[in-house]
Amino acid sequence: MTASNGCSTGEKEEKQSLNMLILKAFSAVGRAVINWVDTLGSATVFLFFALWKTFRRRQLSKVINQIYYIGARSTGIIMLISLFTGMVLGLQSYHALTTFGAEGAVGTLVALSLIREMGPVLSAIMITARAGSAIAAEIGIQRISEQIDALHTMRIDPLRHIVSPRVAAAIISFPLLTTVFDLVGMVGGYISSVLLLGLNHGVYINSIQASVDLKDITDGLIKSVVFAVIVVTVCCYQGYFAHMRKDSHGAKAVGMATTSAVVISCVLILVSDYVVTSLLI
Amino acid sequence: MTTPLIEFRDVTKCFGNRTVLEGVNLKIYEGEITTIIGLSGAGKSVLLKHIIGLLKPDRGTIFFRGKPIAHMQKQEIKEFFSKMSYMFQGNALFDSLTVYENIALPLVETTNLKKDKIHRRVMARVKQTELTEAIHKYPSELSGGMQKRAALARALVTDPQIVLFDEPTTGQDPVRKNAILSMIAQYQKKFGFTAIMVSHEIPDVYFISNRVLALYDRKIVFQGTPEELEEFDHPFNDEVISSLESLQKELTGLYSRRQFKILNSAHLKRKRSAEPYAIVVFTLVDMNFIIANLGSDLAYDALQRMCTYIDKHFGVIGGLSARFSTSEIVTMLPHSDLEEAQNILDDFIKDFEGEGIESFWNWIKANKWETIAEPVTFTIVAGVAEGTPVTKIENAIDLAKANQKEIWSAKVCRQGVNV
Repeated sequence: MTASNGCSTGEKEEKQSLNMLILKAFSAVGRAVINWVDTLGSATVFLFFALWKTFRRRQLSKVINQIYYIGARSTGIIMLISLFTGMVLGLQSYHALTTFGAEGAVGTLVALSLIREMGPVLSAIMITARAGSAIAAEIGIQRISEQIDALHTMRIDPLRHIVSPRVAAAIISFPLLTTVFDLVGMVGGYISSVLLLGLNHGVYINSIQASVDLKDITDGLIKSVVFAVIVVTVCCYQGYFAHMRKDSHGAKAVGMATTSAVVISCVLILVSDYVVTSLLI
Repeated sequence: MTTPLIEFRDVTKCFGNRTVLEGVNLKIYEGEITTIIGLSGAGKSVLLKHIIGLLKPDRGTIFFRGKPIAHMQKQEIKEFFSKMSYMFQGNALFDSLTVYENIALPLVETTNLKKDKIHRRVMARVKQTELTEAIHKYPSELSGGMQKRAALARALVTDPQIVLFDEPTTGQDPVRKNAILSMIAQYQKKFGFTAIMVSHEIPDVYFISNRVLALYDRKIVFQGTPEELEEFDHPFNDEVISSLESLQKELTGLYSRRQFKILNSAHLKRKRSAEPYAIVVFTLVDMNFIIANLGSDLAYDALQRMCTYIDKHFGVIGGLSARFSTSEIVTMLPHSDLEEAQNILDDFIKDFEGEGIESFWNWIKANKWETIAEPVTFTIVAGVAEGTPVTKIENAIDLAKANQKEIWSAKVCRQGVNV
């Protein structure tokens, strides 16, 4: 009796602990999903209000300031990266295509790769690294040093004053920087394939002219606008709510917010690249 | 009965499991300087942030002119907050903007004023807060004191009706602390705003405050005048006031009024009822004019020198000196009668005319006087009176004030000094 009782009690306990484990796993997943949906929702509202407040008075000079900071000051690094990206593309595609006697398609490969994919993606990642991280850190510091609270007390809307100009500037700067990336990248491809490897000048230029459609360019620019919205929202949001982080406080929270901003932006750039590409094709 | 400008009824605020304010009741009246005192971490800043709307109470109601803020229309709330200005404990200056841009920001962003008008208003505040040389500097290039003044200038640039000061004197030297407090008092008189201040500067804040609120153990345990607080029999007085007061001999080196009264009654208890003691009251005349013409720093520096000299002279013969108001020093000579006290005062005057003048000359030479708009006269008056243990000390102080005569005067102008 005791033995059978003991056995059934043990089984019950085992069952109960298994149930608890499953319950815990489900509730953890549930919490994570709720948290994720919650963040997504508040980030969307955050973006909506920031965009809405862009078209208020006294915003133009702030937007121009931010275009200089996010756009103009990123041009150098974008040109450098795009030049070497184009050169590598030219080099690789020349060697690969020569095997099949198709070296005439080097220009096509370089241009389409850059315009459709590499230009928008790499420039977005580079701007995230250079300007996005700075945006998150700057806003985060403003938050923890009560500068955002000070704006509230002065009846200055912090979203309008801090976030809106950055959103507008990113939406303007990203496509421009992507265009610069594409052009300089093609020059890079020209240097490696024509000047260094001896491909015919006219073949390279003609293949680009023949293969690139207006749709390729607009698709690339649409992508860059999508990336701009994603990057600037993530970076501003992370900085703006740095004080609400549960994993850290103060200066550490700003550091964590900056790291999260860069990582989340980069992941979302690649994920959204696939989604947008599949929609545009 | 006057309706309070701001009233808290049973306001409670918790952060997680920690209750910071519990059933707080308080009243703040229009046109007064109200100071909230309490130990660090008692929730003073949290209380202030409820007034400005940065925090909302978990329970309880906040009233503005008798109307609950929670029931106000959006436009009314906007209007209410537009009358306020807040000076943060950590200054909250924008580090990417210069001092000038920081001060101008609320005007640029929230008004339609033209550039030149904004410039005039900013420069007026810059001058008043003695920041003229720092306007093109960034906050990180300024000393703590200058940052504080820049924050003060920014808080006052919009001519607000209610100004909240969160520890405006933190990190300042004793002279500057008194200078900032006197600047707040001066502006309050000039512009008539309601000042709500959180401060540790006891007893210096008493000289400028109309009302004091004592925050202790998550509640407001006292509301009243500084004089009433001295009579307040509560653990707050022993635990908080004493601990804060012990730090406050910095400016003058003298006792506070409360300490003076305690020491005085201890002395008198040891005396026979008919045995007299003497009171001497010194006043630096027209302190506000001196501040207005020389600036707060130099005015308080002069006061500090005067206090040090009085304490040095009377302290060695057992005198107890306390600062009773901004420019008034009361000295008690527990073992002297009126005649003896008069002789001691005469000795002091002779000493001051010799050694004191020399130190004053050195001080004059060490400072630049080119910026003085009009000549400034430093006049010290003093009066002696006798008191007995059976009469109130206040009567003796009043009598000494009535007996005050000029003991020394010096005029400072651009060319130099006439004694």
